[in-house]
Amino acid sequence: MVSLRERAAAVAGTVRDPEMPMLTLADLGVLRDTQVDGEVVVVSITPTYSGCPAMATMRDDLVHRLTDAGFPRVEVRVVLSPAWSSDWITEHGRAELRAAGLSAPGPAKKGPVGLTLSPTRRALTCPRCGSPRTEVISEFGATACKALYRCVDCFEPFDHVKEI
Amino acid sequence: MMNHDSVYDGLLGGDSSQWAFGTDFEDPLAGVDTTVPAGVDGGELAAYCLMLGDDTLVLSQRLAEWCSRAPELEEDIALANMALDLLGQARLLLARAAAADPAVVPVLPAGSPVPAEDALAFFREAGQFRNVRLAEVVNGDFAHVVVRLLLFSIARLAVLQRLSGSGDAVLAAVAAKGVKELTYHRDWAGRWFLTLAQGTDESRKRLVSALEQLWPLRDELVTAHPVELSLAAAGIGVDPAGVRDETDAVLDQVLAVAEVDRPQRAPLAGIGGRTGRDGMHTEALSRMLAEMQVVARAHPSGRW
Repeated sequence: MVSLRERAAAVAGTVRDPEMPMLTLADLGVLRDTQVDGEVVVVSITPTYSGCPAMATMRDDLVHRLTDAGFPRVEVRVVLSPAWSSDWITEHGRAELRAAGLSAPGPAKKGPVGLTLSPTRRALTCPRCGSPRTEVISEFGATACKALYRCVDCFEPFDHVKEI
Repeated sequence: MMNHDSVYDGLLGGDSSQWAFGTDFEDPLAGVDTTVPAGVDGGELAAYCLMLGDDTLVLSQRLAEWCSRAPELEEDIALANMALDLLGQARLLLARAAAADPAVVPVLPAGSPVPAEDALAFFREAGQFRNVRLAEVVNGDFAHVVVRLLLFSIARLAVLQRLSGSGDAVLAAVAAKGVKELTYHRDWAGRWFLTLAQGTDESRKRLVSALEQLWPLRDELVTAHPVELSLAAAGIGVDPAGVRDETDAVLDQVLAVAEVDRPQRAPLAGIGGRTGRDGMHTEALSRMLAEMQVVARAHPSGRW
């Protein structure tokens, strides 16, 4: 017997990130919680970055998907703490990123933040040809969460989801 | 069947609620407990949130003015990315200010859908802004944006690291997230500082000139306003003077590698002792706000 909460959580879990549609909000780690309170479904999401412009779309998509699935009232709450980390992207999500030609983030740095005056070094493999010989083009990519890389062997550029 | 004569018909598809942007505003603090902590004055907390939020709002606007003007595409995107981070922090801080003391929010015509944080951003006069003057001065060349961001991010990162332990849960959460963002803003500015210092004679000359020019505005970042002191004593805010040594150390680290001397120029005085934190600004702020606010002010009901 599937509970109402489980059913609502399953529906919420199908909603995709508007910027990286290969990921569900659950895979991205943005979907924090789904509860059912009486006839209201309460979904909690956390922004990836403070200025994430996709929050409004995520909220609308959650409301529509749940309403279409027969839940009459949906409330989307913002959870600010703890702050989102790229470590929350699931293994499934990482596989989806690679399948879509993106490079998945490594472990996020923890602890005190030192000044880094040399370029960030990452040992990445090209998501297209698998070569370990890659170079950074820019630490700032098409969205706040991505850096732009290039494969030295197949020359294809690719996005790397940054560690944060 | 999509009507190709009007792109909006196709987009709306008879259900305007499918249109994600423009039909609805959302509360960035929806579901967040914004109760003012016991023993804390809501007006003081709001003033403090405006100080931090106006810093990031005004600097974000200055960074956004670089859009399409940076020396190369990657840096154009970098500046826009950082502007967006700061704008996001501003939105949360201004929303927190409005929740702490609704009296700070400008009153708009009845029925206006403009949310509180937008009313604060677009409907206050320059004298009501609490940002440091470093954030507002007019953009110069690329060295200028590098130096301004370096000075700001060093001090703001040190403040946010302490603020993430604030007794106000909203401020603590905004700060903890901001730490991650300011860390790479600071790295970006530090790396470009070195690149320009070690580049050509021209790039070094421009860098040193930007540092000399902005130096008098640096002191305000590490000087406490009475509101900051009061909230620091209550465990809610951070005394910026307490991070002066740390910011000096980080800056000296960059200056040493760059082989650039620390400027000797004195801090820019306030007017009758009043500075940006008191609403006393340079002429640049009102000019910047005139452009930033003009569309919102022409349509206070959010419709046209």
